[in-house]
Amino acid sequence: MPERLREKIGATRGYDKFMENALPGKVPFWLDPKKRAIMFQIAVLAMVGLLAYYLVSNTLFNLKKQSIATGFTFFQRESSFEIGESLIPYSAASSYGRALVVGALNTLKVAFIGVVFTIILGAILGVARLSSNWLVSKLAAIYIEVMQDIPVLLQLFFWYAIFYETLPSPGQALCPISGLFLCNRGVAFAVPESHPAHKYMVLALLVGCGVVYLLRRWARKRQEKTGKMFPVFRVSMGIVVGLPAITWLAFGAPMNMDIPKLVGFNFEGGITVSPEFIALLLGLILYTAAFVAEVVRAGIQSVSKGQREAAMSIGLRPPLVVNLVVLPQALRVIIPPLTSQMLNLTKNSSLAVAIGYPDFVSVANTTINQTGQAIEGVALIMAVYLIFSLSTSAFMNWYNKRVALVER
Amino acid sequence: MKLFKVCAVMVAVAVIATAGVAVAGTLQEVRSRGVLIAGVNGAVFGFSMPDKKGVWKGLDVDTAKAIAAAVFGDANKVRFTALTGVQRLPALQSKEIDVLCRNTTQTLTRTTVNGLNFAHVNYYDGQGFLVHKKLGVKSAKDLEGATVCVLPGTTTEMNAADFFRKNRMQWKPLVIEQTAELSKAFFAGRCDCLTSDASQLAAHRSVALNPGDYVLLPEIISKEPLCPVVRHGDDQWYDIVNWTVMALIQAEEFDITSKNVDSMLKSNDPAIQRFLGVTPGMGKALGVDDKWAYNIIKQVGNYGEIFERNVGTNTPLKLERGLNDLWTRGGLMYSAAFR
Repeated sequence: MPERLREKIGATRGYDKFMENALPGKVPFWLDPKKRAIMFQIAVLAMVGLLAYYLVSNTLFNLKKQSIATGFTFFQRESSFEIGESLIPYSAASSYGRALVVGALNTLKVAFIGVVFTIILGAILGVARLSSNWLVSKLAAIYIEVMQDIPVLLQLFFWYAIFYETLPSPGQALCPISGLFLCNRGVAFAVPESHPAHKYMVLALLVGCGVVYLLRRWARKRQEKTGKMFPVFRVSMGIVVGLPAITWLAFGAPMNMDIPKLVGFNFEGGITVSPEFIALLLGLILYTAAFVAEVVRAGIQSVSKGQREAAMSIGLRPPLVVNLVVLPQALRVIIPPLTSQMLNLTKNSSLAVAIGYPDFVSVANTTINQTGQAIEGVALIMAVYLIFSLSTSAFMNWYNKRVALVER
Repeated sequence: MKLFKVCAVMVAVAVIATAGVAVAGTLQEVRSRGVLIAGVNGAVFGFSMPDKKGVWKGLDVDTAKAIAAAVFGDANKVRFTALTGVQRLPALQSKEIDVLCRNTTQTLTRTTVNGLNFAHVNYYDGQGFLVHKKLGVKSAKDLEGATVCVLPGTTTEMNAADFFRKNRMQWKPLVIEQTAELSKAFFAGRCDCLTSDASQLAAHRSVALNPGDYVLLPEIISKEPLCPVVRHGDDQWYDIVNWTVMALIQAEEFDITSKNVDSMLKSNDPAIQRFLGVTPGMGKALGVDDKWAYNIIKQVGNYGEIFERNVGTNTPLKLERGLNDLWTRGGLMYSAAFR
């Protein structure tokens, strides 16, 4: 071993030894960056904890001083108020807890249906905005600009007013096609009378979905092996629609409809959708879709023209160009802002209280007022919207990871 | 290290600042602010609503003005905050307002669980139903299956639920937060029936396009003693609010009006002399000026004047005195003794 190298190693060893001896003893712990960092973390955490403790204890103290009740024991008490529409059985004899669940389900209902339709409408508008047809693109542009600029609360009032101001009373309900009634109490429409066949049709649909899943896997494997393509989409549609249809025919094609009839003040039978729900849904969809349209447009425009031309040049047909080249790249741009729009729609649904749809905020408001426990009520509202938002984000992040471009 | 010091200082400041806030009585707070803040409805004609010029008018408004007159000697030193049914109690509890004069029903739950004190009733009411004539409904018992417009956060909501439950009837509530929006929906026919305190229904009807098209059903399904409300724990302030309402009633019992109050100062009746502060003592005991009752009557009027001016038979509401008449004339208005 050359002399100089040995010296170097020796020096290094000496330094290590020096550090071993020197650091623990001579460097005080507040000068050690690692320990100091931990100390700061603990200090900040303690301060946050102290602040939280102070806020909670101070609130409790003051509530007690004013002799205002605290706690969540009111959950089990009888609510003694009615709720206009509910997905689960509910009456004034039910508990406050159940009333709040009814409200949360109503919020979920409008948010879920709203998100689905918003994405569909937003995608159509976004594509229309990019259309080479001058008229289509300009109409889409006007729609997007106008809808984005009008506050959503105003839009809700507008749609709600259209219902109760322009539509007739139930007695003179409009009947554009048989089985469908429009009046200021909402939209009533006929549904097939319940029949044992329906259960089996749902079963058939589920079986169809399973078959389609297997079919797609088989088709992909076959294509990878032989290069031959299989018309997966058309065959899938045939299976999904066909199986339930065959089941229906096998049961002798039951055609009896449950048609709404005017009994007393309102329609009975069929399904009635309230004006409040429709106005809220419509307002939220039309408003949010304008934002989603811009998100979609941005996503599509983010894929460079060269990509499309390259795909065409290797002989892919236009639908395949979109499916295999444009969409996978556009989606990774679209998903994150789309998630935020979905959250916006969910949170905006709390404006329902202005037009009388019994969403979670509306029910919580009544609960707060009857129990007088505003702090618990507002905390509940915050917790519920936080849960809705976090679970939506979690799902969308998972989906985003799946569609994210895997770079090689 | 610097960061740590900064944080430590901040915590210390926060602790000192919060500890330093002394709890002053409501009367002192109102006095030092120079204006009384009263929570009102803001959308019920006859009780509290700004007129075309933006001047607040109504029975509840006048009650608040009377309190201002008692405290400041000036009925105009009051600021009104419009509150929805849902907002009103938290607004009072969190000290955003000094007193709530907003057709608020005195209930056991509100007194105990919500920690509130209810002053003397300034309007005896009961819940009724308003329907369109063309429905042909003669009684509330005919409302099976009806859609009913209700304000949220009110005793109304529970009374209606109780009524329909008791009579085993189906119904559908439509709950809209803003009073104005609710009555719009009702007049457009969105619901068959509007339920609220009878006085409020009269107020709603008075602003309808054709008030004659609507009828009040005969059933009154609840007791609604409406009172000004203050927080628990400040007895002096409660006394002032409570005795202000009593003074309005007592003045009517004495036949003292805003017009004759000056000549009443020369009255030989020792009770009236005590009441108007000619013989001092009453105001001082209450913690306000001895002329407090004089100021109230001079600037706002007695209860009868307030009633007739805002909701009486010569107003669009056309309400009879009924329960709200003096006890001497068969009503329930009865003041405790001023001595």
